[in-house]
Amino acid sequence: MAEPLGRRVGLFVTCLVDLIRPSVAFAAVKLMEDAGCTVEVPRQSCCGQPAFNSGDRATTRDIAEQVIDTFSQYDFVVAPSGSCAGMLKTHYPELFHGDPNWMPRVAAFCAKTHELVSFLVDVLGVGRVEVRCDRTVTYHDSCSGLRELGVRAQPRRLLAGVQGLTVKEMVDADVCCGFGGTFCVKYPDISNAIVGKKAANIAASGADMLVAGDLGCLMNMAGKLQREGRTIEVRHVAEVLAGMTDVPGIGMPDKAEATP
Amino acid sequence: MTHAVTSSQFKDNARAALSDHDLQGALKFVEVNFIARRREVADRLPEFDALRDAARDIKNHTLAHLDLYLEAYETRVTAAGGHVHYAVTAEDARQIVLGICRKFGAKTVTKGKSMIGEEIAINDFLQANDITPVETDLGEYIIQIRNEPPSHIIAPAVHLTKAQVEADFRRVHTHLPADRNLVESTTLLAEARGVLREKFLTADVGITGANFLIAETGTSIIVTNEGNGDLTQTLPKAHIVLASIEKLVPTLEDLSQLLRVLARSATGQEMSVYATLSTGPRRADDPDGPGEYHVVMLDGGRSSMLGSDFQDMLRCIRCGACMNHCPVYHAVGGHAYGWVYPGPMGAVLTPSLIGIDKAGHLPNASTFCGRCEEVCPVRIPLPRMMRAWREREFERHLSPATMRAGLKFWSFFARRPRLYALATNLAARLLALFGRQRGRFASLPLASGWTRHRDFPSPEGATFQAQWKARRRP
Repeated sequence: MAEPLGRRVGLFVTCLVDLIRPSVAFAAVKLMEDAGCTVEVPRQSCCGQPAFNSGDRATTRDIAEQVIDTFSQYDFVVAPSGSCAGMLKTHYPELFHGDPNWMPRVAAFCAKTHELVSFLVDVLGVGRVEVRCDRTVTYHDSCSGLRELGVRAQPRRLLAGVQGLTVKEMVDADVCCGFGGTFCVKYPDISNAIVGKKAANIAASGADMLVAGDLGCLMNMAGKLQREGRTIEVRHVAEVLAGMTDVPGIGMPDKAEATP
Repeated sequence: MTHAVTSSQFKDNARAALSDHDLQGALKFVEVNFIARRREVADRLPEFDALRDAARDIKNHTLAHLDLYLEAYETRVTAAGGHVHYAVTAEDARQIVLGICRKFGAKTVTKGKSMIGEEIAINDFLQANDITPVETDLGEYIIQIRNEPPSHIIAPAVHLTKAQVEADFRRVHTHLPADRNLVESTTLLAEARGVLREKFLTADVGITGANFLIAETGTSIIVTNEGNGDLTQTLPKAHIVLASIEKLVPTLEDLSQLLRVLARSATGQEMSVYATLSTGPRRADDPDGPGEYHVVMLDGGRSSMLGSDFQDMLRCIRCGACMNHCPVYHAVGGHAYGWVYPGPMGAVLTPSLIGIDKAGHLPNASTFCGRCEEVCPVRIPLPRMMRAWREREFERHLSPATMRAGLKFWSFFARRPRLYALATNLAARLLALFGRQRGRFASLPLASGWTRHRDFPSPEGATFQAQWKARRRP
């Protein structure tokens, strides 16, 4: 049967979602299918960012070639992460600079690659999702999504349309949470100081749920909040927008009776 | 007061900084005040972003024709009766300064704020040669009496609380009544002014920095908020300008554009209180001014940045906005960076000037949040250049062995998606077996960097790719 024209999406799962929180990818699939897309998941590993930010350009380039090949057949490539989408869309061209054989393919790849929420709003024109969530949430702007891809208004717009949901902005929502990929394990004490401030701002917002668009940042913030004994639930924004908040929040126990 | 380079001990420096209560209190000022002031003044100026583009273009143009502008500048300075001295190294610069001081038999030298002065450690050197340097900028004066290097390029004493400054003034200014009131910032300032006034009158040579050098007119310019620079350069017999080759701009018109972004980006002012332009020594009919005017033009590694991955760094106009907006700087302050230039600009510039082998931590200690680039008035791609330094480190095998081994292990799988899927699915299921019930781990082998400060969430179970494959067979 013929596909709806030009709506065939290759989901770039991202390695963290794949490994730690598949729920985010299922939520992303639901959101895009609800918006009329056909979603497929080709076999994949990672965008190459750990190598890229560690200075290993050769490995990064190999991975980038592999990713571009893998996703060549789709109309769109969508990642539920501003960081990974930023890597694919804004940093891949740096790896192929001055290579006339690859540049046209890279340019085409970048043009069709998007972060999930901006894809829904800016490309698919989704203005509202029909779900209910009776919670007060605060939204953290992850750095790459915000500064490399301009993701700021889109998630807030969709969250505002969720029935029963209230958004309470935290102070410095657009300030880094201290994750920074390998930074958080290379400089754990500094990372801890930064995420400590973030956790205080999250708590002070009065929200009972934290949402953001990047699992790395979310794991960092959830881990800190939970270490401090705070009970704020932490979720990827896609889970809320897809109405898939029945699974436990990030880092929360699977069974209610096992609450620490 | 020799300040050793401690950039290689960044981690230890940072740890000490994080547990320094006074420092942490003082750093809040940076985070709260500088950012809010810049935002307010930038929001008020509709053409601010266009001015930033213009500032970037002016600097790029100048760097592309630096040889021509250097020659033009020198010609104009000489025509105005001044002297330009080229210093390839810091040692060359120190000897030039010493030679001028000796010529005037200088015992005391007043100094306006100069980062080049810090770079060549001129104070230590003068002192070792029996010449007393007196810092006349309030912040520089404070750190001088504390025997500390600056912790910020425009607010050198920003790491200190008012109470610490009060204690230092009481310790050093013993000729003043012990029961005087030093609680207000204004009384501290007044006391410093009083003490410094005498020094201005006795100084033989005045040394200032330069925010810009103007090729068209042979002029150097300093911007200050205290007016100390004016007294430093007009009262003594000679005025020495410590500058570096990238301070050049072609014309006065270019200067005015750059000044509009400089103060806004730096202190959130529309314009600094004083902008002092100096062209040559005192002329016959001038009411005041120095008898001689010397410009020491430091290269110090800059010319080798031209044409390299790091050329854009030479656009920097030293406003400090990058560090004012940096979460890492907010956490550890400027001293942790271990040399003259802290924050994101230091993370790029320091390895260029003292070597990546000594400064390797600096470009690594960044989350790449991108806020520095977002506020840079000359749009320097700071994160990209920090990454370029990481690439140099990787190529030269300077990055830590554990990091390289980890990366190699990871990339073996990342390059092989089929194997990667098998391995990650196994790992996810194994971790979930132990962690799923509680939802997270308080400690994990090989992940102590993470779990020392935070919990690590358990995987939900099988990987997404495994679950997807099981659910939907294509």
